[in-house]
Amino acid sequence: MLKNITLGQYFPADTPIHRLDPRTKIILALVLLITVFVVRSFLGFAVFAVFILIAAGMARVKLRVLMRSVGPLLFIIILTFILNIFFSTAPIELRRFDILQLPADHVEITDQTVTVPADWYLVSWGALKISAAGLIRALFIAIRLTLLIMATSLLTLTTSPMQLTDGLEGLLSPLAKLHFPVHEMAMMMSIAMRFIPTLIDETDRIMKAQTARGADFDSGNIFRKAKNMVPLLVPLFVSAFKRADELALAMEARCYRGGEGRTRLHQPRMHAGDIVALIITLALCTALMIWL
Amino acid sequence: MSSVTKQSAIAAKNVRYAYALEDRDVKTALKGVNLEVEPGEFVAILGHNGSGKSTFAKQINVLLRPQDGELRVLGLDTADEANTWDIRSHAGMVFQNPDNQIVSTIVEEDVAFGPENLGVPPDEIRTRVTESLKAVGLEGFEQRAPNMLSGGQKQREAIAGVLAMHPDIIVFDEPTAMLDPQGRDEVMQTIRRLNREQGKTIVLITHYMEEAADCDRVFVMTDGRITDEGTPGEVFSHQDKLDEAGLMPPPATQIARGLADAGISLPETPVTTTQLVDQICQLLPKT
Repeated sequence: MLKNITLGQYFPADTPIHRLDPRTKIILALVLLITVFVVRSFLGFAVFAVFILIAAGMARVKLRVLMRSVGPLLFIIILTFILNIFFSTAPIELRRFDILQLPADHVEITDQTVTVPADWYLVSWGALKISAAGLIRALFIAIRLTLLIMATSLLTLTTSPMQLTDGLEGLLSPLAKLHFPVHEMAMMMSIAMRFIPTLIDETDRIMKAQTARGADFDSGNIFRKAKNMVPLLVPLFVSAFKRADELALAMEARCYRGGEGRTRLHQPRMHAGDIVALIITLALCTALMIWL
Repeated sequence: MSSVTKQSAIAAKNVRYAYALEDRDVKTALKGVNLEVEPGEFVAILGHNGSGKSTFAKQINVLLRPQDGELRVLGLDTADEANTWDIRSHAGMVFQNPDNQIVSTIVEEDVAFGPENLGVPPDEIRTRVTESLKAVGLEGFEQRAPNMLSGGQKQREAIAGVLAMHPDIIVFDEPTAMLDPQGRDEVMQTIRRLNREQGKTIVLITHYMEEAADCDRVFVMTDGRITDEGTPGEVFSHQDKLDEAGLMPPPATQIARGLADAGISLPETPVTTTQLVDQICQLLPKT
């Protein structure tokens, strides 16, 4: 049961999106993240969504897979949506030309904007009131979170965990001049990823061994269960330390001595495709942030 | 002899080493080891658990340094810290547990780890990765995840990782101890091939005497000392020394001993089943 987990959600394929330098993809994801929080119109969100879907299409990531990544966070999205509907009452300003056309007798309209006042209630049952401003703000938050998850999932679906670490190391490398251990952090992350399946196997094995000796991992309340984990965790930690020790020896034996003077099999290089992707995305995001 | 004639791959003179224990106690693991290995030789160091054989293996790779005596690897003194990286890049080491020596989540990146550390240019690393994976019979596994491989495959991946550093000497520290019979076979065949086809000097540390059967020379290590050396046939026939070392000879040798006890002596001590069969056939009257 434990054995079948996949690391991250990387989906290997050979597409223009997969081929992008991981550094480019991380920067793009960050730009998209900022954009989605600056955009303040439904039209803007629609354009953004179309852009993400085109990118997903290019990466041959199925819409179903992309939507599935939203699943685990659906609870948070719904919760923030509900909280905003009921508790957010401040007036909200929208773009004049947005696809959402509001009746003029309820809102203030200027050249550029439509302001939804705080006191326009759509529903009012005693203490339970839903204002139009609250509903719009709740929709904004829900759409923003969904788009945000889709954009970042696109990054993790098309970039292997190793490439991600390499990309982060590349982007943070200027910090190494300030004696921040960038290479060491990246190495630790990649080794941690390498050992996740190994330690899961080991957990599985220890659980079976302890169950055979009469240990019980399933019954009892939460405190009982936590206490029952001790015979699992102690051997797991002991073995993890032993592994760490041996791995350190093996790495030294292969001449590892930190990041200095190291070369890479996949030397990250920015290609024409990276420049094109950066220009298109930056242009689109700037436009979205200014006008929508 | 070393300075005039061909230089030894490994030359140990009276190497001593003790581990510090708690309470200022020490455990002496090496009590004066003397041995010489010539370039291109395939030698096995046989010993029981706790005989000091793994401690000696770590000395060759400078993971440990002699506390007394001298160890030269390719003529370089391991006591001199300036030689450490030079020696490590020319004397690779494969450990017992394949899981604990694989660094990366992708086979090719793991094989590239050694050359990356040496600062080899990317194109050259690519060539080395391809040729090393080919040498251990793992072509086409470049993009696989190591945790999905079998034990024998993982260990061969580890060997490829060492090969990619282009070492002259490869030390195998009980490389088959954690493998199933099939994996053991794969790894032993790979090791033999590296010795024959690429001329690598091989030091195989093991307690399986069968694995030492087709080495050039065998050293027996008992309690921190080399107690016997010679060809596998010679060493395997010294029953008293093997008993002292706590080693169990391969089945073919045991059968030959049984035959000798029963009054049928074979011309030479057989090590492998094939040799045993050959020698028994020689005894048969020709018809």
